[in-house]
Amino acid sequence: MTAILDVQNLAVRFGPTLAVRNASFTVQKGETHCIVGESGCGKSVTALAIMNLLARNARRDAKSIAFAGQDILAYSDRQMEDVRGNRMAMIFQEPMTSLNPSYTIGSQMTEVLRRHHNTTRDLAEQRAIGLMQRVGITAPQMRLGQYPHQLSGGLRQRVMIAMALMCDPELLIADEPTTALDVTVQAQILRLLAELKQELGLGILLITHDLGIVARVADHVSVMYAGEVIETGRTADLFANPSHPYTRGLIDCVPVPGKIKPGEALGSIPGTVPVMKDGFSGCAFRFRCPQASEICTQAVPRHEVGPNHLVQCHLPSRQGGAQ
Amino acid sequence: MTRFIFRRALLALSVVMTVMALAFVLTRLSGDLAISIAGPGSTQADVEVIRKAYGLDRPVLVQFFDWTRLALTGDFGNSFFFKDKVSNLIGQRMPVTFTLGFTGLAVALVISLPLGILAALNENTWIDRLVSLLVMVGQAMPSFWLGLILMIVFGLQLGWLPISGTGSWQHFVMPAIVLAFTAVPALTRLMRSGMIEALGSDYIRTARAKGLSRSSIIFKHALRNAAIPVVSIAAVQLGFMLGGSIVIETVFALHGVGYLAWESISKNDFPVVQAVVLVLASIYIGLTLVSDILNALLDPRLRGA
Repeated sequence: MTAILDVQNLAVRFGPTLAVRNASFTVQKGETHCIVGESGCGKSVTALAIMNLLARNARRDAKSIAFAGQDILAYSDRQMEDVRGNRMAMIFQEPMTSLNPSYTIGSQMTEVLRRHHNTTRDLAEQRAIGLMQRVGITAPQMRLGQYPHQLSGGLRQRVMIAMALMCDPELLIADEPTTALDVTVQAQILRLLAELKQELGLGILLITHDLGIVARVADHVSVMYAGEVIETGRTADLFANPSHPYTRGLIDCVPVPGKIKPGEALGSIPGTVPVMKDGFSGCAFRFRCPQASEICTQAVPRHEVGPNHLVQCHLPSRQGGAQ
Repeated sequence: MTRFIFRRALLALSVVMTVMALAFVLTRLSGDLAISIAGPGSTQADVEVIRKAYGLDRPVLVQFFDWTRLALTGDFGNSFFFKDKVSNLIGQRMPVTFTLGFTGLAVALVISLPLGILAALNENTWIDRLVSLLVMVGQAMPSFWLGLILMIVFGLQLGWLPISGTGSWQHFVMPAIVLAFTAVPALTRLMRSGMIEALGSDYIRTARAKGLSRSSIIFKHALRNAAIPVVSIAAVQLGFMLGGSIVIETVFALHGVGYLAWESISKNDFPVVQAVVLVLASIYIGLTLVSDILNALLDPRLRGA
């Protein structure tokens, strides 16, 4: 397998606030990599940082962000514009507002292809129709002339996906693509993404807070907490052997039908994600961790607890498993 | 779209009818018209003769329908003061007011749109603050004062432009600039805030994620949405400019419709007053209709409404 995206030591700061600290992960060609975490853990910022779409007051830093073997960290704005929407596409959480209300679906879909490839309007429309059909939009010919407000949320997200595929990208970044949709549509969209991955050999970076989604679609998972990737590994390994107390806590929060007895409280992690400032050291989870001890204020080592399964915690070393 | 225009046009027509009724009633509320036409020192007999001659002795409703019937054919009767047909008077003055209003609006847009966009693109920088300062100064400046200052500087001291009359296009330069200044502050602020809102929206993030160029993002995707409120206000401002340029027409001695309105009110020339009110209101209503249609063209969500 080859990596389509390899992020090393990504850091994003907004003034004194550290939104992402030292995040590293790899997305392979033809696989879905999920970044999972609570609100405010920096997962959306990570996605925007890869696309270089951060707000003006944000500062991005990294050892490298390699896309298809090229370090895009050093790319100029113009070079990045040529990559975005073309080889690397993104869809968002808010299908209701992510399309421009003033232009037709057809105009918005063909625009991205004509921006990156020299093609006629007719050919671009043909491709748009084909892709809309592929993502399950009925009567695609008619949709070309429709405006976003005439479509439902689920349809709009399908349009966003079809639009993202217009230039045949190698990487699709999906930032909570199903959060705003109802459950049945959610399942359809997830199935669609899985099919597209298979068919097109697409690498997908899926940002979500929902472990249920992770279990269903992810090949690899990275768990983020307070701007750091605290555990990463193959989905099966991570669910079978969650090694960070936070990962275990997250899994305990998911209600499993049949296992939860009536009247029993659901699992929860008390407290919220702390805001990271300069000068913080040690484990950011220690304030909420049931297994925290003195050592957690010191720099946290990374341990390999299985093949490609990394965890950033003092626990394995305390248990004598340090490597 | 056709249904939308039809419905709006019907609405506009009913407003025009209401204005007709109001214009008619209000002129009659200002006093006994026959007495004011006859003038001070006239006898009761003179007043009665005038009342009969102008048909003011008939029931009010009959007078109203008579006036309405003729007005719909473009006949507004005769002016008491100018001894001419009212329609001729308005027809002669209209070109002056229209030239002034449209030039004023054009100047206002040429100044305020780039200024608003510039401020929005440089939000919270010194450029933005400079634009805000200019807008505030513009807002605080009375138009008659600006008119007089321009006359002194460009008309008298530099001698570049004529200071009064309507002889050539040069005569309209200063009045148009002064008139434009009444609309520039509002339009600039609206353009700026609309642009800031549009640039911060999700669809702009999508446009950036598509790798579109900066100019396409600003001028195609953001401007189209930011322009919607500006278009509405610009049409309304044009209405103000056409109907409310009395001060400027007076300062620069431009004999437009605003000036005519002021003259005929002071002379109680009620056929002219009624007609001017109706014509200006109709223009205003027409412009609102145009603004609605333009808005629907710009914003597809309104077309079904």
